[in-house]
Amino acid sequence: MTNHWIDLRNADVVLVMGGNPAENHPISMKWITKAKEQGAKLIVVDPRFTRTAAKADIYAPLRSGSDIAFLGGMIKYILENNLYHREYVANYTNATFLVNPEFKGPGQLNGLFSGYDPKTRKYDKKTWSYQMDENGIPKKDMTLRDPNCVFQLLRKHYSRYSLDTVSSITGTPEEKLVEIYKTYGSTGKPDRAGTECYAMGWTQHTVGTQNIRAMAIIQLLLGNVGMAGGGVNALRGESNVQGSTDHGLLFHILPGYLAVPSASLVDLPAYIEKYTPKTKDPRSVNWWSNRGKYITSYLKAVFGKSATKENDFGYAWHPKLDEGMNASWLNLFDQMYNGKFEGFFAWGQNPACSGSNAGKVRKALGKLKWMVNVNLFDNETGSFWRGPGLNSADIQTEVFMLPCASSVEKEGSITNSGRWAQWRYKAIEPIGQSKPDAEIIDELQKRVRKLYQTAGGKFPAPIVNLTWDYQTAGKQIDTHEIAKEINGYYLEDVFDTKATPPKQLGKKGQLCASFAHLQADGTTSSGNWLYSQSYTQKEGKVINMMARRGKADPTGLGMFPEWSWAWPVNRRIIYNRASVDLNGRPWNPKRPVIMWDPVKLDKNTQKPGVWVGDVPDGPAPPMGTDGKGKYPFIMRADGMGSIFGPGLADGPFPEHYEALECPLQENLLSKQRINPAVKLFFGKEGSKEEDIYLSCDMRFPYVATTYRVTEHWQTGVLSRHLPWLLEAVPQLFVEMSEELGAEKGIKNGDKVVVKSARGQVVAKAMVTGRLKPFKVAGSTVHQVGLPYHFGWQYPEDGSGGDSANLLTPTIGDANTMIPETKAFMVSVDKA
Amino acid sequence: MSLSRRDFLKLSGGTAVAGAVGVGVTPQEAAAQAEELRIAGAKETKTICPFCSVGCGITAHTKDGKLVYSEGDAEHPISEGTLCSKGASLYQIVNNETRLTKPRYRAPGAKDWKEVEWDWALDEIAKRVKDTRDRTFKVTSKSKIKEKQPDGTEKDVEKEFVVNRTDAIAHVGSAALDNEECYILQKWLRALGLVYIEHQARI
Repeated sequence: MTNHWIDLRNADVVLVMGGNPAENHPISMKWITKAKEQGAKLIVVDPRFTRTAAKADIYAPLRSGSDIAFLGGMIKYILENNLYHREYVANYTNATFLVNPEFKGPGQLNGLFSGYDPKTRKYDKKTWSYQMDENGIPKKDMTLRDPNCVFQLLRKHYSRYSLDTVSSITGTPEEKLVEIYKTYGSTGKPDRAGTECYAMGWTQHTVGTQNIRAMAIIQLLLGNVGMAGGGVNALRGESNVQGSTDHGLLFHILPGYLAVPSASLVDLPAYIEKYTPKTKDPRSVNWWSNRGKYITSYLKAVFGKSATKENDFGYAWHPKLDEGMNASWLNLFDQMYNGKFEGFFAWGQNPACSGSNAGKVRKALGKLKWMVNVNLFDNETGSFWRGPGLNSADIQTEVFMLPCASSVEKEGSITNSGRWAQWRYKAIEPIGQSKPDAEIIDELQKRVRKLYQTAGGKFPAPIVNLTWDYQTAGKQIDTHEIAKEINGYYLEDVFDTKATPPKQLGKKGQLCASFAHLQADGTTSSGNWLYSQSYTQKEGKVINMMARRGKADPTGLGMFPEWSWAWPVNRRIIYNRASVDLNGRPWNPKRPVIMWDPVKLDKNTQKPGVWVGDVPDGPAPPMGTDGKGKYPFIMRADGMGSIFGPGLADGPFPEHYEALECPLQENLLSKQRINPAVKLFFGKEGSKEEDIYLSCDMRFPYVATTYRVTEHWQTGVLSRHLPWLLEAVPQLFVEMSEELGAEKGIKNGDKVVVKSARGQVVAKAMVTGRLKPFKVAGSTVHQVGLPYHFGWQYPEDGSGGDSANLLTPTIGDANTMIPETKAFMVSVDKA
Repeated sequence: MSLSRRDFLKLSGGTAVAGAVGVGVTPQEAAAQAEELRIAGAKETKTICPFCSVGCGITAHTKDGKLVYSEGDAEHPISEGTLCSKGASLYQIVNNETRLTKPRYRAPGAKDWKEVEWDWALDEIAKRVKDTRDRTFKVTSKSKIKEKQPDGTEKDVEKEFVVNRTDAIAHVGSAALDNEECYILQKWLRALGLVYIEHQARI
């Protein structure tokens, strides 16, 4: 989230699209309700009349997979009715930038952007570039009138998204579109804010990234980013999925969003050169120019004293990806199916039910030699060899199932969706012989290291040189010591050499104050720069910032700056420099996130002029200050919010494409049916039948989506085993409209079979008024939905049914490779 | 006597007294028990809900090393003492007969699990990690890169680079681990040379 949970109450309009907080983040509804009590409007757009929709002022249905058409129509409406926040757009976004005149969009190229190569399914992005002035800075037109400026290209691109076209694609009635566009567009007034809440309803599509990009464009046009009650807010699904992402448990990132090194970056200087963005604009902060400090401090944390300047801080010990190699989820299981892996860790995760096209995942598991499965409960992954339709004697995979402790049986921090890292204490000893995950990792690490120390082996350097100093008196592994390593230390006395005389920043051996003190010369360490300040030292005293429980709320906006700790540097609303005008005055004086006080003295410099309120995005004076003001979007090299986004794989503006499986023969907007930049697994030489997809096929006529219910969690391993929750929702169901029920002779409670091109599940029919048939391209289209919480292993009598992911396809988003489990095609018949 | 809550409701049948005190207990006995709250004398420990990402506060009440009750933390600024049905069920994650309490092993082709000792399981896993890694370790690998030619143009060339990794072990998980665990887990896996590392955030 750019903002945080309590901040939802500060919105004037809340748009919930791509999520269902009343069901999946129930307590967050407290703050949406609070906003409503203060006069805010709640808009819900969803294929189904959800529990959140039941509380909405305006609800509109839309067909799964048509969000960009809906949002593109909104962009057109905002521009045509002059609802955008002109001053914000002109000064804080790249709307003024002049684009290469060679750039062409889907309106000119029949659904494609310029530079497409159908053979590789990739774009050459040469033309997605800016015109540069003599100083190497993008040329701008502050009047927004130049036909090649981003603003005019945006207008041209979305001119095709007329109300009738959008309605025909989405199935949303035109009058609902207008009502929502107008209501949400009202937040373009400087003193109003609109927020967007999304979850997997937006990410799990072949156009997932562009769904969110479309909303980010709207938020920038309306001046809602950085504002209290604004932002683009991902409602994340797991208690620590924010933290686990921050800490790099993904193939492409190390802790703190540092790229995993690739093969051609042969040494650390080459890595730093590639990943340090450059700008010639003195007014851009360009925060990633600090990349070298962060990667060096990371290597010092990981390899300690063994990491020296002479050996490139151990950079060579780090594994490298081949250039262009993508080791993400779908490719991982494809390679497992190909027999490429001998060993596999499924640690606190249940891919046999959570993976898209779970039938293929289950087959892939049988190709392994050994598997380690760590969990609180038995599950469909660890027990895959005794799953339905399998003869265990045929499966040669060895499985180790290790019992881990629950959250109250250990101590550590987790980071919520609002980036608050909160400390949890241990209440009881682990149940039975179960162990905290940290202890299991510690045991394995020590045993493997010992084998290499005693018997040697291939390339032992990274294993034997790994820092691992986490033991304290009475504790085999002390998570406080890990938290300190993540925060980082001054390894020498560190000075700010730019100051005269040089000012001491920190003393050797002490915990770093913040990432602003990290160095690129090996004199500091930090396991994750983004968490530097989370476990720190003030006047010599060690403070676990994440354990704080202060309730002060100085701004009155519910930021609670002394409760736990938020990354980065306890900033509660990111991009908050965009919440003020060029003189540092809040756009919304009623809810100022920060404001510039020109009189008050700065504590450090003793000069007048400081920001008050939230921790600002940098201490520089307001942007309008002569020669000193900085642009607000500090993580972008150009300092601007990106309305034009040339970094993405599938286009600088979001364009509507249909899902891989959809009910339409053609995309109503262009000749390009699906996202041209997605990786196809099926339909080429060597394709696997498991990866089959069938679009617009009479055998699978209904659009399907997956979702969750309050009473269960993810694949249900942590909820199906709890008797209270299983009793509340005991089995798989498929939700459908009364019209579809009548057409198929299916009554509420009937047993039905749901099939896709890849698999089938048996489910109870839930025939409701919550789903209605859509009018799409003049035809009636039915949609159904299923929760994915169930699996054959528990309840043991099989009464829960199996995973809805047996139905979902092998296809991912063009940028993230997140599987498309929110729009696919099925049949439904009485069992 | 083991009763599910549904059975209990059926049995109690809405009769006020019986319904309030349960089966096989006289009202007098029940009143005596009610004077002593379950959390009387219990220790309070603050924790955060392990389910969704709202980050609600929970107070765990423990007595004699057992979790006797869990409830919303009224001081928590986000949740203000409230919890959803999942958060309110934290008690049953701990007090649960189906929790795994011993390591298990399934041999190739076996039909059943076998309970094993931790030491044995950890040693065997360590051996397999080393064996697989040593046999499959890739020091170099070929990558296609764009190389600048003397005439200034770029050309696609294939070159051998040092990669120091194994492609024979993969890992998934987990967004359910604490930050400190995520950090040391990725640190260890990368020291082994793994690049196939993924988790819930991708799906």
